[in-house]
Amino acid sequence: MDKVMSNKKMIALYVLPALLLIMAIVYIPIVLTAYYGLNQWNGIGKMKFIGLDNYSALLTDGTFWKSAWHSLLLAVFSCLSLLIYLAIAMVLSARIKGANLFRKIYLIPMLLSSVAIAQLWLRIYHPSNGIVNSVLESLGFANPPAWLSEPKLVLFALFVPILWQYAGFYILIYYAALKNIPSSLEEAAKIDGANSWQIAWRIKLPLAMEVIKVTIVLAAVGSLKYFDLIYVMTDGGPNGSSEVMASYMYHTAFRAYDFGYGSAIGFFLLVICLVVTWIIRKLTATKDTIQYS
Amino acid sequence: MTSEALLPPARQMSPKSKAGKKIGYGVLYIVLTVVAALQLLPLVWLFFFSLKNNQEVFNLPPLSLPTHFRWENYEKVWSAGNISVYFLNSVWITIAASALTIMLGSLATFAMTRMKWKGSSLVLGLFMVAMMIPVHSTLIPLFSMFNKAGLTDNPLSLILSYVAFNMPITIMIMLGFYYALPREVEEAGVMDGCSVNRLFFRIVLPMTSSVIATTGIINMIYNWNEFIFVNTFISSDSYKTLTVGVQNFIGQYTTDWGSIGATLMISILPILVMFLFLSDRIVEGIAAGSVKG
Repeated sequence: MDKVMSNKKMIALYVLPALLLIMAIVYIPIVLTAYYGLNQWNGIGKMKFIGLDNYSALLTDGTFWKSAWHSLLLAVFSCLSLLIYLAIAMVLSARIKGANLFRKIYLIPMLLSSVAIAQLWLRIYHPSNGIVNSVLESLGFANPPAWLSEPKLVLFALFVPILWQYAGFYILIYYAALKNIPSSLEEAAKIDGANSWQIAWRIKLPLAMEVIKVTIVLAAVGSLKYFDLIYVMTDGGPNGSSEVMASYMYHTAFRAYDFGYGSAIGFFLLVICLVVTWIIRKLTATKDTIQYS
Repeated sequence: MTSEALLPPARQMSPKSKAGKKIGYGVLYIVLTVVAALQLLPLVWLFFFSLKNNQEVFNLPPLSLPTHFRWENYEKVWSAGNISVYFLNSVWITIAASALTIMLGSLATFAMTRMKWKGSSLVLGLFMVAMMIPVHSTLIPLFSMFNKAGLTDNPLSLILSYVAFNMPITIMIMLGFYYALPREVEEAGVMDGCSVNRLFFRIVLPMTSSVIATTGIINMIYNWNEFIFVNTFISSDSYKTLTVGVQNFIGQYTTDWGSIGATLMISILPILVMFLFLSDRIVEGIAAGSVKG
């Protein structure tokens, strides 16, 4: 048995195709990104090694820090919205008839392509014919704003469909975690006289904590690297007021053909994502994890 | 003794608190329904305006049915532009990439979970860490690598990228399933003199059909909706997929709401149909592929 199952040739044959592929497509590009960042390069011509110039320029690049601030704002809003999703999941897990149907309906936007969602929300926000302004006008608000061309509003207007798209995803995860808690615990608490609030706060919440921590990381990192809807809906505009880190990288590389500087931004993005993951893990680390039984 | 008898007197329900509980549940249902409406209404609105002409979109109330269902909007966009070409590209690229991911993922997962070798946990770690790497940090090197290899504007660049970036989540969902297979499966197989290949292809792989279905669906959804790789690597219309195709097509038709709506509906319809029939598997796959981090 062991001889067959530890045949080195077969193991290599089974693992290597997948392993080599992620090495070539995921890991090597990461190393290359860091290296390209040390060069001046337009993507076609010769690279010119310039040391840390791109990285030091990045540190004083106002546009970059503005886009980083926008990404950070999105991360904060995404993490705060997790509270709402958790509350909804709590309600769903409390003997609601049709809970299964509800969570499926909530999930639908997440399954659709970002382009379709972006194009749909472009119409939703359309200044004269969009559903948002039609509703506002019928409620008596004269001259509702053109949401996506107001520099002060555009970022928050973009956050709405982004949060809308992923709401069902987090509700689904929380629901699964809450359903995973043995019902015997809830029964026992009820017998001891606990009410629904106490059961939610003292029993369900602590037991779902591990999953909540994972979702905080997912929401924060997902927001920091966010790109799709913003790229399609406003392309970072008007005048950079909705630029985020990933869109700034894309514009620098594929519009301004500054591949060296774009790579530096790309590498910085990776570092920020890893550092934020590490910080959140540290902040939410607990000494003892709670066991079900 | 029944649990009823164990309840302290204060927990016994008075008629008043029963009524209170009913009202409480009523409020919860209203909240859940409002959330469901928020998730669905934009899509309903999209469906409605895909069947209208501009006059109807602008003059009728937003959520009203069209006076006459203009299915010709769908016929028009399907034959005009390249929507049918984009659609077929999406279909074959999605299927090819998903099938390849599942094949390579199954092989690697089998070797990592069922075969004995040093370094299997290290390799597994490499697959899992790859999940944390932002796609945008790899985009510039991938573009230049594919460019050098003559693979830009070639569907192969898409398939390779899709397979590599979906490999981690595919393996993650498969892991639990492979770990849970009983040892006796291989023992019996090896006793009978099976080779590793025979054991894997004839015995283990058929046993994993349900996890293959789950990962297959998740892969197909992700690949169908992928945008940034197509947008960056592919330039000729004959290779574009629906996401980028829709984006370009709508750019030319920004004033005809019916055509825009019909195009968007065509692009999301396959996913909606899949969801209608396979929602349980989709929910299961998304939940399984997210929490274990």
